[in-house]
Amino acid sequence: MSQSDLEILDHGDAAPGDEPAGRHEVVEGLLGYLVGLFLATLITAVAFFVAGTNLVWGPSIPIALVVLAIAQIGVHLVFFIHITTGPDNANNVLALAFGVLIVMLIIIGSLWIMANLSHNMMPMAM
Amino acid sequence: MTAFEAGAGYGGQNRGGGADVIFGGGSEPLVAHADGSPASKRIIVGYGFWIFLLSDIVMFSAFFATYAVLSGETAGGPSGKDLFNLTNVAIETACLLLSSFTCGIASIGARARDALMYYGGMALTLLFGAAFLYFEIHELGSLIEQGAGPSRSAFLSAFFALVGCHGLHVSLGLLWLLTMVAQVFAKGYRPDILRRVLCFGLFWHTLDIIWVAIFTVVYLLGAG
Repeated sequence: MSQSDLEILDHGDAAPGDEPAGRHEVVEGLLGYLVGLFLATLITAVAFFVAGTNLVWGPSIPIALVVLAIAQIGVHLVFFIHITTGPDNANNVLALAFGVLIVMLIIIGSLWIMANLSHNMMPMAM
Repeated sequence: MTAFEAGAGYGGQNRGGGADVIFGGGSEPLVAHADGSPASKRIIVGYGFWIFLLSDIVMFSAFFATYAVLSGETAGGPSGKDLFNLTNVAIETACLLLSSFTCGIASIGARARDALMYYGGMALTLLFGAAFLYFEIHELGSLIEQGAGPSRSAFLSAFFALVGCHGLHVSLGLLWLLTMVAQVFAKGYRPDILRRVLCFGLFWHTLDIIWVAIFTVVYLLGAG
């Protein structure tokens, strides 16, 4: 056992899974980030292409952009933040689900209420 | 390690007298996990910081909702179509995505105690993050110069609030990055320092997620 390993154990704070990553884990981790970078770049490129093209039916573009953004956020969550379905991640997933619920309530609720309000406004003098 | 067969959650409910906090080999208490094995402090710290990040995302969602409601209220001034330069946005996006990737490399380097990967990854993250800020400040500055500052219209107020808030987060993230480089340099790869590096990584990746929403909702939908 090397000096630095002894220091870590001596600190009394390390737990299983906190050991220094081996060569295998480093390669695996790098591959994960590379796959994430590749997918995120691909989706971003498609989004910028779709936004500026005439090749796609116009009214479908906003929906396509939103779908691409959700896909890219998923890629970031899985490959960069490492949200998984593993047992030690169940609490993280539940917290994320609750966060998404609140975000949706705020955004969709605001748009809905404000659209209704402006619909009911008296027309202003032009 | 046989004292905690009784299933207890994250230091929460205490069922049937089973202790939910037990003391492991070290001086730090380990909290029993749902399946009977102790959750390491790394996982609990990550969970707590994730809750903070989600609350930050909820705060951003209020800025997004404000922007979405006000995006058409230009008060006769310029709209997003007139103002946004998508090439600039693409460069900013590339900078932030690459910095997210290099931040991942740095976090692997920290776990492997690999100085080149850690310091190199952090240096590149700093570089790309600073480049992102440079382009963003340049963009906001040129808008103000054109007379399209935050006081011009409700649309621009909401735009500056949303994008500026994200830029502020990136600036604070860069300060945190420098702090983590200094702490690892001065104190070594101690478990408590490594947990801070983990939290910094989560923070940085989350900023990139918020940027994905910004370049889609504000720039791509606004310019189209």
